[in-house]
Amino acid sequence: MADIMVLINLLALIYIGWFVDWAVKQNKSKVWLFSGLAIIMLVILATLPNYGPIYSYIMLSGILMYLILTVSWTMFSGPTGYISLASAAFFGVGIYTSAILGKDLPVLVVVIIGGLISVVLAAIVGAITLRLRGIYFIVFTFGLVLLISSVLLWYEIKFTGTRGRFIVAASNDTIYYIMLGITVLMFIAAYLIRRSKYGLALQSIGQNEEAAAHMGINVTAVKVAIFSISAIFMGMAGSIMAMKWIYVDPYSAFDPFRSFLPVLMAIFGGMNKFYGPVLGAVILAFLEEKLLTEFPYVYKLGFGIILIAVILYLPGGLVGVVEKVRARIAKGKNALT
Amino acid sequence: MHLLEGKGVSIHFGGLMAVSDVDFYVDEGEVVGLIGPNGAGKTTLFNLISAALQPKPGEIRFKGQKINGFKPYKICRLGIARTFQIVKVFGSLPVIENVRIGSLFGSAGRISPADIDRKVSELLEFMGLSDVAYTPVKDLTLAHQKRLEVARALATQPSLLMLDELMAGLNPTELNEAMELVKKIRDSGITIIMIEHVMKAIMNICDRIIVLNYGKKLAEGTPQEIANSKTVIEVYLGEKSDAGN
Repeated sequence: MADIMVLINLLALIYIGWFVDWAVKQNKSKVWLFSGLAIIMLVILATLPNYGPIYSYIMLSGILMYLILTVSWTMFSGPTGYISLASAAFFGVGIYTSAILGKDLPVLVVVIIGGLISVVLAAIVGAITLRLRGIYFIVFTFGLVLLISSVLLWYEIKFTGTRGRFIVAASNDTIYYIMLGITVLMFIAAYLIRRSKYGLALQSIGQNEEAAAHMGINVTAVKVAIFSISAIFMGMAGSIMAMKWIYVDPYSAFDPFRSFLPVLMAIFGGMNKFYGPVLGAVILAFLEEKLLTEFPYVYKLGFGIILIAVILYLPGGLVGVVEKVRARIAKGKNALT
Repeated sequence: MHLLEGKGVSIHFGGLMAVSDVDFYVDEGEVVGLIGPNGAGKTTLFNLISAALQPKPGEIRFKGQKINGFKPYKICRLGIARTFQIVKVFGSLPVIENVRIGSLFGSAGRISPADIDRKVSELLEFMGLSDVAYTPVKDLTLAHQKRLEVARALATQPSLLMLDELMAGLNPTELNEAMELVKKIRDSGITIIMIEHVMKAIMNICDRIIVLNYGKKLAEGTPQEIANSKTVIEVYLGEKSDAGN
């Protein structure tokens, strides 16, 4: 029963992802129908704690965490092709914001501060590294995760004398509501960016950065700005997720897996459409939650096999398959008429 | 005051003086040709003007303002637009979006979206690209891609347009079209500097020609003077030059 609740809500999330894609398009038809459906989906998501068992929204919080990491990663890395592995750093900064401020401040304030500190970190890192291209950028951003966690570990042992920290817990439904709030904000931000001229600028940077600069685009400013905006959601997600985990240490807070998974989920879903990474994150995160509890030993094996198969046989990800099927159906229709 | 002026412009890559102590100027309304053997520093000079590279030492002035040390996007917004020798397009974006980017970011003032749409479609019409407006640029022929680059540059509303080997690799028909195009752009009041190896085009269109060799300015003058210059014939044009015909 709980699983069905979760699945319904996942479908709602995927619909909203598709809706963002649709909303960016010009010349829309059936506006009321699709917008109305989007509102219904939001209501279904927002009221889950009222009708679903506790387990369902705990699980959904975990899935939302991956969704936020993946979609905010795609916001910057998708169009520009700069593969950032700094996600875990921004997420971890959020976690430690909770660990340090969680005792004294209300939950929402802590979450916002967590997001803002991530933005500052992203702006600094972006200003230093976004002139690096390709492999150098990837390595630097990944190094950042390791650097912060090592420095933190050294600091904790040297000055506080303990390795980990306890975090004041928040209730499961609070965590869920805030996670959902961050998700919605992120969708809105993604929509606004894609609709604005800066969305186009990001794409042109990904296609040919030199030409973009000579066409009057302040490439550094655009890159740093969007990179920073994408970090706010990761930081906020880290802050609120920490209140579920209660105890963290530098290794668990800056787990490099949180840098890799968003990339894999986005590739799995397909990055040509906005709903691709949503699809990828939702499906893989759901599988992870299921497999991790029911088949803890084969889970990573299965995960790896799926990913290899997708990269080898589905270069466009799941979205590529969907588009292909749709094109075939459209072709069939045209052939008949 | 010259529209664009360079004094002692130099740059070296390691031990190689790519451009060395070159003085040049471009006046408003002129079409200036930049010629010379491969490796003479023509494209490097373009890169210096458009701020892809910084002169060291040297000074470049545009409309009297010193523009050394500016970033490329600023140069573009000041009114200097360029195309590239090897086309640099936004390949998976459609033609119209490529041009729109130039219009959205390259022009100095704020323009309303409706004006941008109108200007973009005018430009596509002007460049003969209306039919392929929604085609991804990577699917176009080279001649079309080069046209697109010009359209994109014009969308930034430049007062100076730099064309880097616009005619290279075009067939005779396309070549004639491209020459007509350059004349049309000149007639619309835009000053042009062009790098070109196609002598027919250079001699036909340019008011003045600058010849570079090994990073140094070898000669400068009207097409007739250049075609008759002994040094230029020696290093570049060759003995039995049919230039000017």
